[in-house]
Amino acid sequence: MKSLKIIVLAKQVPDTRNVGKDAMKADGTVNRGALAAIFNPEDLNALEQALRIKDRYPESEIVILTMGPGRAAEIIREAIYRGADKGYLLTDRKFAGSDTLATSYALSMAIRKMEPYAMVIAGRQAIDGDTAQVGPQVAEKLGLPQVTYVEEIQEITNNKIVIKRRLERGVEIVKSSLPLLITVHNSAPACRPRHAKRLMKFKHAQTVTEMQDNSEDYISLQQDRPYLRIEEWSVDDVKADDSMLGLSGSPTKVKKIDNVVFKAKESKVLTAQNVDIEWLVKELITNNTIG
Amino acid sequence: MKIQNRNIVNNIFICCEVEEGLVAEVSLELLTKGRSLANRLNCKLEAIAIGSGLEKLPDQVFPYGVDVIHIADDPRLSPYTTMPHAAIVIGIFRKEEPQIGLFGASSVGRDLAPRVASALKCGLTADCTQLEIGDHYEKKTDTEYKNLLYQIRPAFGGNIIATIVNPETKPQLATVREGVMKKEILSVSHKGKVKPVAVNEFVNSTDFAVEIIERHMEQRKVNIKTAPIIVAGGYGVGSKENFELLFELANLLGGEVGASRAAVDAGFVDHERQVGQTGVTVRPKLYIACGISGQIQHRAGMEESAMIISINNDPHAPIHSIADYAIVGEVSDVIPKMIRYYKKNSK
Repeated sequence: MKSLKIIVLAKQVPDTRNVGKDAMKADGTVNRGALAAIFNPEDLNALEQALRIKDRYPESEIVILTMGPGRAAEIIREAIYRGADKGYLLTDRKFAGSDTLATSYALSMAIRKMEPYAMVIAGRQAIDGDTAQVGPQVAEKLGLPQVTYVEEIQEITNNKIVIKRRLERGVEIVKSSLPLLITVHNSAPACRPRHAKRLMKFKHAQTVTEMQDNSEDYISLQQDRPYLRIEEWSVDDVKADDSMLGLSGSPTKVKKIDNVVFKAKESKVLTAQNVDIEWLVKELITNNTIG
Repeated sequence: MKIQNRNIVNNIFICCEVEEGLVAEVSLELLTKGRSLANRLNCKLEAIAIGSGLEKLPDQVFPYGVDVIHIADDPRLSPYTTMPHAAIVIGIFRKEEPQIGLFGASSVGRDLAPRVASALKCGLTADCTQLEIGDHYEKKTDTEYKNLLYQIRPAFGGNIIATIVNPETKPQLATVREGVMKKEILSVSHKGKVKPVAVNEFVNSTDFAVEIIERHMEQRKVNIKTAPIIVAGGYGVGSKENFELLFELANLLGGEVGASRAAVDAGFVDHERQVGQTGVTVRPKLYIACGISGQIQHRAGMEESAMIISINNDPHAPIHSIADYAIVGEVSDVIPKMIRYYKKNSK
């Protein structure tokens, strides 16, 4: 086996570690525009696993697939700078409001269009939802075996792969045939940085929509260098069924959103001074909380 | 307006996890919750257990109020692999049409539940912190749905609490982390029915595509869930070295060290010490929160502690508002003082 086609699923996520107010819309969905958008961290671990396979089998092809609004092309470029070969942006208003089931359906339809492939690699979960559902659901839709929480691909040969998984309390080494879908755990190696030469070469990689928003120069540039084109796929391009997408294709409905209400106890406020701390420790000993 | 009421013959199913012939803690907690939901909905509580050598399993779960247990017992089903287990759960769900299906949010449950949800094309909510029964009005179709499962979880960085419903698909599926629900025996003499599962009816040889070559399961090193006192640290503790102070205080008080997700992500301590929505839920008699801001996902895992002491240099940190004693100060200053005064004042 000389070459493998590997599809890496990646998601651009709002940086939920730094959320401001007004981040939610009235219908309970996320106002992504209000937040910094980043490459989902575990999807970078996933990309690294793909790059390591390509290190071993340099003829392999790494294709990034992401679903999201136009700006999600940013993470395709980022992946290409780090060594991915090309990317597809699945983008359509009809995808808006999709839950994990509708999302995995859309992704699976796009992946079907890329057959044949050897592997689908995704991060374990995205930080904006932490559900870890899309990977296994895509696998089910494609009828692929799944191996979740992957830490290391130990061996990959003709139609056979040996994988180390990181579980809550232990590790497992498993063997499977190809094709399969794996989800990568954050204990797997971090992704390599951008490659300076690739950054120069692919700096102007763009989707058609981005080109239209830019000057004519970019269009002629892309005609000369077709590798700068990031493909955009719509619902029709992947032959998906509208009724299985977006809010109508999502069985989970957000019934309501509550702001976080503080239970607000009658707290006794203390300082770090000796007198306060000694008083507290004595109090805890007296009422038998400690001691 | 249309009114849709769920048929009461549809039952609640709990997918039990089995570790070395024993039902996992999280599954017993879910059985307890399932029993109270079944009482509320006036339906039966059923369990599914998949593995090998499960003869003694029914007696472990019946005291929790299980009416029926489906047992899939086959040497090929242990240890857990995704596809055969998924095929069995999917098969049973198709046949029995439960109204609710619950899974532990463990390595196994989070691998299995999405596969099941995808096959049945139904909704699944991960890491719920509360489950309730209630009605739902869908404006678009002008339909009132009676007795849905409210799947409640902090969402989006913990800035909000979302209530999720699955009005139109059945079963309504959810996962719950260990420790979130309380485990409680209904009656030691409660007995239910055992239904053996014909494994080959659901599983075929291609489901065994993934084969386990080696498996090293570590014993649980710490179990913060049962610790009477927890000294927990957040990102504000600053470093792995500073965490040593927390260990010193915890050892002195006969407690354990816990942590927020930020501290675990920063590599200060192991994941098994993580308290909160995506970690463990704890209810100790004393919880000392050090350098923890108090985001909702963390509070979801500790706010039922009998007493809370917060130590944070930010007087406006949300953690202070749920504390009985709020100390505004540096962790590295306060903890050594607590150690010193404890040594001085305890007998």
